[in-house]
Amino acid sequence: MLSAFLRRVGQTLIVLFGISVLVFLVFFATPGADPTARIAGRNASPQTMEKVRHEYGFDRPLPFQYATMMKKLFITRDLTSYANRGEQVVPEIIQAAPVTLSLVCGSAVIWLIVSVAMGTLAAAMKGSWVDRTLIMLGLVGISMPVFWLGQVANLISLSRYHDTWLFSWVPGPGYVPLTQNPLAWFKALVIPWCVLAVMFIGIYSRILRADLVALAQEDFMRTARAKGLSPARILVFHGLRTSAITYVSLFGLDFAQLLGGGALLTEVVFGLPGVGRLTYQALTNLDLPLIMATVMYSATFVVLANAVVDILYILLDPRVRDGR
Amino acid sequence: MAVNFPHSTSQPLLEVKDLCVSIPSYGRSVALIEHISFTLREREILGLVGESGSGKSVTATAIMGLLDTPGLKITGSVRFRGQELVGLSARKMRAIRGRDIAMIFQDPMTAFTPVYTVGWQIDEQIMAHERLSRKQARERTVQLLAEMGVPDPTRTANRYPHQLSGGLRQRAVIAMALSCNPTLLIADEPTTALDVTVQAQILELISTLRDTHGSSVLLITHDMGVVAETCDSVMVLYSGRIAETGLAEALFAHPRHPYTTALLNSIPPFYGERPHRLPAIAGTPPAPHERPAGCAFSPRCHDAQTICSTIPPLSPAGNGQQAACFFSTSGQQEH
Repeated sequence: MLSAFLRRVGQTLIVLFGISVLVFLVFFATPGADPTARIAGRNASPQTMEKVRHEYGFDRPLPFQYATMMKKLFITRDLTSYANRGEQVVPEIIQAAPVTLSLVCGSAVIWLIVSVAMGTLAAAMKGSWVDRTLIMLGLVGISMPVFWLGQVANLISLSRYHDTWLFSWVPGPGYVPLTQNPLAWFKALVIPWCVLAVMFIGIYSRILRADLVALAQEDFMRTARAKGLSPARILVFHGLRTSAITYVSLFGLDFAQLLGGGALLTEVVFGLPGVGRLTYQALTNLDLPLIMATVMYSATFVVLANAVVDILYILLDPRVRDGR
Repeated sequence: MAVNFPHSTSQPLLEVKDLCVSIPSYGRSVALIEHISFTLREREILGLVGESGSGKSVTATAIMGLLDTPGLKITGSVRFRGQELVGLSARKMRAIRGRDIAMIFQDPMTAFTPVYTVGWQIDEQIMAHERLSRKQARERTVQLLAEMGVPDPTRTANRYPHQLSGGLRQRAVIAMALSCNPTLLIADEPTTALDVTVQAQILELISTLRDTHGSSVLLITHDMGVVAETCDSVMVLYSGRIAETGLAEALFAHPRHPYTTALLNSIPPFYGERPHRLPAIAGTPPAPHERPAGCAFSPRCHDAQTICSTIPPLSPAGNGQQAACFFSTSGQQEH
């Protein structure tokens, strides 16, 4: 088990290295484009250009440039965005990360609980009106784009019905750190959490229901019934526990891509200064160092989440543990 | 017409009368099994024989109350120690299932939930029916595994299903089935998925259960050889109906139904020269929805006559046997 774990960590490091090389090459070694000009931003003075060229080593060979870039990203952390008033990129991301983390974690808790409850209930009552209603609700959730749903939520809670007792507590767009005021943090995030979770609830409850229904045909489920166990115990201990393997692998990937900036639309709609919104700003300003940094950040999360999922697999599925 | 069983002094444990299971299909009701009646006494091993689709497993799962296809209709009576099981509430049935009646399934590879250890799953059944701590349950689990001939039972209990061989897994399945000392064990083709040497060991194990655990066994199989080795009495099913019943010895010596005869002819003889090719029964058994009027076996029967287009009743055919064939008493099937 330990060797499987270590092997997985080793693989993760290699993949991360590969991604960093790839991202670097895409941004700084594309033929026909001068990375100096791109880093320095539009209409940069010749002095700035010269400074940037020397600082990033663009007058030296590629491996040196790569090493410089990685040093600036991870060690000295002074990669500077010239397009955006010379702000340092890494602190910017470090500042944005907790916002995204708050948004995604809260949303994930909601979507985990609600989708497991909905999927299990639908599977337990397969074919009944409860099942059909839950499937319909899930489909509605999947069909609503998050930016539209977010705008509607804003419209209702901040404009149309803001003065009623139901929504008068809703603060305007923005973010309050958890450490500063937990209640305000919760108030600012609870609607974004729900909006972001809606689509995932739809997808995950459907997947879980389908998985549980398929599992009900398995021999081991019949054995469990022949043992005289209660239906609830069979569903939870034998059905859900086995479905958890599929569920966790999907969950890990979605969670990671959201942490890496995939919640961009939600962050923009609700004015949350997270990593997604940072990426969005970087893209609109063509802020190359910032784009590169956010891409690296996002890739890191996806790869790490993959590793975590694999390790969870080892814990969840004894068949994987034996390296089969 | 009381059939003389070897343990005839013992009480009837399970009495099945006129058990019918039908399922709606395209607006009409299709019978999966029709008028199945039999009696299983204490410590008796009854073999339920027939080809695939003859209704063996349906009969067994109906007795266990495990049939849950929507629209399915079960009529007739299943009395277990005098208690009617057909129409029993789900809660009461659950208390019987696993405690008084246990079932072993065909494929030990898929019978266990893959994510729990074998021991955990046996503990689970014990604790579902008896007020025991996990430690006490585990003690019994280990003891059961040892009785089933599992080497190093303490360690095996802590292993996952995929880590065990097929034979060991089937032993663990049987240990689990026996964990609450059931009076009736239903074994649905317990050896089909195993290789031949392991088959013999498992059959040996099952046939000793009546002495070691006092259990009756309903052994479902399509293998006449298995029946000959282990069973006291036999019931041959064909296309959802009883073709013939009787004591194993008598039935093997003088099959009264042409289907039984054909099944027996398909076993290589114990003595004498072996035939180059074993005789096969021509054709296939009819699917439940295209069963012919009258005797279901008539299209494949050499001796079919016009009278066979009405359903033959199950009638005594001498020697304690009963057969559903108009010619069963005339002795023309004797070989």
